[in-house]
Amino acid sequence: MTDSKYFTTTKKGEIFELKAELNSDKKEKKKEAVKKVIASMTVGKDVSALFPDVVNCMQTDNLELKKLVYLYLMNYAKSQPDMAIMAVNTFVKDCEDPNPLIRALAVRTMGCIRVDKITEYLCEPLRKCLKDEDPYVRKTAAVCVAKLHDINAQLVEDQGFLDTLKDLISDSNPMVVANAVAALSEIAESHPNSNLLDLNPQTINKLLTALNECTEWGQIFILDCLANYTPRDDRESQSICERVTPRLSHANSAVVLSAVKVLMKFMEMLPKDLDYYGTLLKKLAPPLVTLLSAEPELQYVALRNINLIVQRRPEIMKHEMKVFFVKYNDPIYVKLEKLDIMIRLASQANIAQVLAELKEYATEVDVDFVRKAVRAIGRCAIKVEQSAERCVSTLLDLIQTKVNYVVQEAIVVIKDIFRKYPNKYESVIATLCENLDSLDEPEARAAMIWIVGEYAERIDNADELLESFLEGFHDESTQVQLQLLTAIVKLFLKKPTETQELVQQVLSLATQDSDNPDLRDRGYIYWRLLSTDPVAAKEVVLAEKPLISEETDLIEPTLLEELICHIGTLASVYHKPPSAFVEGSRGVQHKRLPGSAGSGESVDSPETTSTAGVSDAPPAVIPSQGDLLGDLLNLDLTPTTAGPPPPAPSSGMQLGGMDLLGGGLDSLIGAGFGAAPAALPASFSAPVSGGLDDLFDLGGGVGMPMGAYSPPKSVWLPAMKAKGLEISGTFARRAGVIQMEMTLTNKAMSVMTDFAIQFNRNSFGLSPAGPLQVLTPLSPNQSIEVALPLNTSGPVMKMDPLNNLQVAVKNNIDVFYFSCQYPISMLFVEDGKMERQIFLATWKDIPNDNESQFQIKDCHLSSGKMA
Amino acid sequence: MIGGLFIYNHKGEVLISRVYRDDIGRNAVDAFRVNVIHARQQVRSPVTNIARTSFFHVKRSNIWLAAVTKQNVNAAMVFEFLYKMCDVMTAYFGKISEENIKNNFVLIYELLDEILDFGYPQNSETGALKTFITQQGIKGQLQTKEEQSQITSQVTGQIGWRREGIKYRRNELFLDVLESVNLLMSPQGQVLSAHVSGRVVMKSYLSGMPECKFGMNDKIVIDKQGKGGATDDAGKSDLGGGSGKQSIAIDDCTFHQCVRLSKFDSERSISFIPPDGEYELMRYRTTKDIILPFRVIPLVREVGRTKLEVKVVIKSNFKPSLLAQKIEVRIPTPLNTSGVQVICMKGKAKYKASENAIVWKIKRMAGMKESQISAEIELLPTNDKKKWARPPISMNFEVPFAPSGLKVRYLKVFESKLNYSDHDVIKWVRYIGRSGIYETRC
Repeated sequence: MTDSKYFTTTKKGEIFELKAELNSDKKEKKKEAVKKVIASMTVGKDVSALFPDVVNCMQTDNLELKKLVYLYLMNYAKSQPDMAIMAVNTFVKDCEDPNPLIRALAVRTMGCIRVDKITEYLCEPLRKCLKDEDPYVRKTAAVCVAKLHDINAQLVEDQGFLDTLKDLISDSNPMVVANAVAALSEIAESHPNSNLLDLNPQTINKLLTALNECTEWGQIFILDCLANYTPRDDRESQSICERVTPRLSHANSAVVLSAVKVLMKFMEMLPKDLDYYGTLLKKLAPPLVTLLSAEPELQYVALRNINLIVQRRPEIMKHEMKVFFVKYNDPIYVKLEKLDIMIRLASQANIAQVLAELKEYATEVDVDFVRKAVRAIGRCAIKVEQSAERCVSTLLDLIQTKVNYVVQEAIVVIKDIFRKYPNKYESVIATLCENLDSLDEPEARAAMIWIVGEYAERIDNADELLESFLEGFHDESTQVQLQLLTAIVKLFLKKPTETQELVQQVLSLATQDSDNPDLRDRGYIYWRLLSTDPVAAKEVVLAEKPLISEETDLIEPTLLEELICHIGTLASVYHKPPSAFVEGSRGVQHKRLPGSAGSGESVDSPETTSTAGVSDAPPAVIPSQGDLLGDLLNLDLTPTTAGPPPPAPSSGMQLGGMDLLGGGLDSLIGAGFGAAPAALPASFSAPVSGGLDDLFDLGGGVGMPMGAYSPPKSVWLPAMKAKGLEISGTFARRAGVIQMEMTLTNKAMSVMTDFAIQFNRNSFGLSPAGPLQVLTPLSPNQSIEVALPLNTSGPVMKMDPLNNLQVAVKNNIDVFYFSCQYPISMLFVEDGKMERQIFLATWKDIPNDNESQFQIKDCHLSSGKMA
Repeated sequence: MIGGLFIYNHKGEVLISRVYRDDIGRNAVDAFRVNVIHARQQVRSPVTNIARTSFFHVKRSNIWLAAVTKQNVNAAMVFEFLYKMCDVMTAYFGKISEENIKNNFVLIYELLDEILDFGYPQNSETGALKTFITQQGIKGQLQTKEEQSQITSQVTGQIGWRREGIKYRRNELFLDVLESVNLLMSPQGQVLSAHVSGRVVMKSYLSGMPECKFGMNDKIVIDKQGKGGATDDAGKSDLGGGSGKQSIAIDDCTFHQCVRLSKFDSERSISFIPPDGEYELMRYRTTKDIILPFRVIPLVREVGRTKLEVKVVIKSNFKPSLLAQKIEVRIPTPLNTSGVQVICMKGKAKYKASENAIVWKIKRMAGMKESQISAEIELLPTNDKKKWARPPISMNFEVPFAPSGLKVRYLKVFESKLNYSDHDVIKWVRYIGRSGIYETRC
């Protein structure tokens, strides 16, 4: 009885010894040897060399030995397909054995051997076993069909196993039914459009009958399968619900959750005024609460699901707040989930209790948990207006504890409270300012800077505070830098007299010493705003901000609907659609809730749901204001991850020269970031010399049809910045007309319409010659090519760089801004070729002071080219 | 479905590895070891996704059980299965330890082959499994044809938990009502949350296929009967022993799979054919009118920066004739405690530095009594800014009654084919109330 000894043989020549033992005449020794082989296999040693010897042991009366050999076969048959054939005979023979346990064992094992040649031999025995008189063999054979389908789907269809499997749904034995349902469901998943599991009222009735009789696992298979059915009307829906509700009292949590899934789904079809609807709602809460007394791992699964259920139907759990109170000994993952649900359930009725709890949690040990608790207090304030005052005072108490991370977290949430209730709690600013020094996390620093900037007029020493941050400007994260820039500009607009120096300092830090394009762009925009029109600057920078909404972290509704259809599964644990974590064809179908009958709450058109979950991160329900606009107004307190890394720093001179060559480089840097460092005002003399170069260059290449070349399209407006609209484009000159060629792609989930475009004033007066021609609505995941003819009759304003173009695009969702650069060459007319004399004459016409001379050294141009 | 199942020891060495699906490779075994068992930080979720492969794990003492999948499986089912797997293993060879697993690895493989087919859980009732998976292995040959078909029909049948032909000379059954009472109380004595989670565990030694009916003082049932006017309660409540008139409101209950759930749903009657031997008939939860056996009154005073004074009073709140046992009060102390002096009226109290707590033990205590402990805690001065979190004072105890107020009214046994009646069955009922998480904040 001490099999553990088999784990310890690690000598050399072990394989050789085992070989000898396997071929021993003594049965006991053989068995010992096979056990050793299995033990080695378990720990990961390669014992495939023993294949023929182990297979030789297969012909035995000893069931235990036989099972061990089978186990070995399942592991290694794939690597030794030819030898595996040797085993076929035994399998076929065992499938005829009088003992049903052996018949089942043979068919079960054969299905696990993934060798094509063997599967051929499997068909006949499998067919017999599917019709075996013994239910134990039939239930094993049912699963075997799924195994075979996984290896060779075509074979299964050709052999007609699917029909036999369908017949098994009417089997007299509930476990056979359950396994057949499981197998069919799995096969149906890989054939999304086949009508394999054609669920009709008759089969549903059979399933519901089997539900009462089969094992706990069988009940899960059946319930999961039922959840895929869409009842014809509310009456059928109700009658299924009535027969499923008893499952809510099952001891197995998975049965309960699967039953909840069926009920949540079918409930959609019940009219809300129906008495039964109310009864059902009431019945759902107690079993869900009971799940919380299960083992912690199951509690976690349950909590993740309750989180979804609460979002879909808040009324179910609304009186159950107390059960989500965190226990001191709960594992951290349970604590964090409970906290999430507490916030969702917080309402005016229970806020006092919730706050008392949250305050308690904020003194716990686990840092993540404490942070989340502090954040939760802030969210309560935003959600329940009546409690805001109490929340703020609680947060102030917490700040007094001086526990570093508590203070930081509190400041971040207080900023949000300010945003939600402007001009109400600003009296606490003084307290916040006291803690300025202890803030070392970017988010907290950024929040504090925002507060100082926003309320600069009420803080006497705002300039000193901000100046103190400025010292280490380059060591700060982007988030803080952006915030600091904006805060100082705000301060300047509010107190222009004392802070001129400060604002100049920050602008030069942002534009000259930083290689972050976001920061530079924002710096330039402010700079220009301030220098051209301070009144406009005031309007833009100090504009009234939209209030933030209550629930910011809700799951996007279409995704939520899909997740409700996946209650109990991994998708509901990850809060991601299956397509986000399952490979291949399985689970890619998007499940939807059935439309409700009798109530106005119908579901959107199908195409809007079909794209849910293309990306890993579900899109936020309430996206912040258009990001680019938001940037200007500085509402973005989330860290902006600058897209591509900034180009390697190179001298402005060099780039300036190349810039005018147009084309290539522009498209490299373009991409809407306007990153060309060429435009530093300080180095403006450089491009002139480059320009001359350019001129000659052009002259040399006269014959070339100008404008035929257009750089490849680059992304001007990334989808994440424009609520799903992606614009990539380029400029071209076609038949004398400047064209802006764009590809608009809809990466959002709803249809986009009503496109329009506008240019800002620019160096050459470029403006659209006609409206943007997007006639058909742009559905999700569709792209469209648009060519917009341009003319040069628009208003002129010199841009930095010269070829920069600021564009606004509007659709039914919002207005988006981006900037791009066009190749100068595009502006040159085709008839630029001049007679030599005329050129020389024109040259001479240019006043002498416009001429600069320099020596071209090491010129290796060929004579032909010179001519 | 489940793609594979691995068992590891605390070092992350594989003890058992069984792969059910082709999409799970050997590297999955290592992925879990590296990312979860050997992870630097504490694992923050029982479900981990590594390279599009999901790992579910549970831990029993220092053994890790991990189920692996690449599909969107029913997560609740996977965990339920892992627990079940632990139960089955425990029923076969006792405690789940590295030693026992290594000693029984052949058996475990055999079990895994039987209870999980292509990742779909199959019948996992220990009673049924034990009829054909035995450590002797040769039993397959000794079975007669009838025995074989009996096994298969039991494994797949409607009553998979009981075999036919069981005979006892003495028909006997034991009912244990085991409750754990949970409490979270504020320092001021306000009940923040309290609930009882109870279990009815039955040990049945009954012949044949007996049909049983279980009754308790469930408010819904009693009210229904009250309306009907029939008051035959007195005759039935003989099993309860106490005053069976009071009824309790049960928030929710779940049943062993032998109970006919549809019947409970429609008539609220609990009827079933019990498994043989010991099993858990039902679990329930109540939150109303709970008898809290003990009240803890804490008083913590900080005297300067280096001293704490703690006084805790416990009051027992049940009939004076009853005795509570195994009482233990655990008073947490700060991490920088240097010394503790304790004085207690009853029992023994000790400061346990390794657990950062004063543990006060009392063997027995009658109802309606009170006892007190006071302690002086010396603290080392620290510059740690973080305040002491003041964990709650927790309590353990055992009382001989059900804090929920649940009473067994009857358990009737009918076996029509054999010649014994309800009156011939010897029935025993016992109530035990234990502390669950019984905490008072201080």
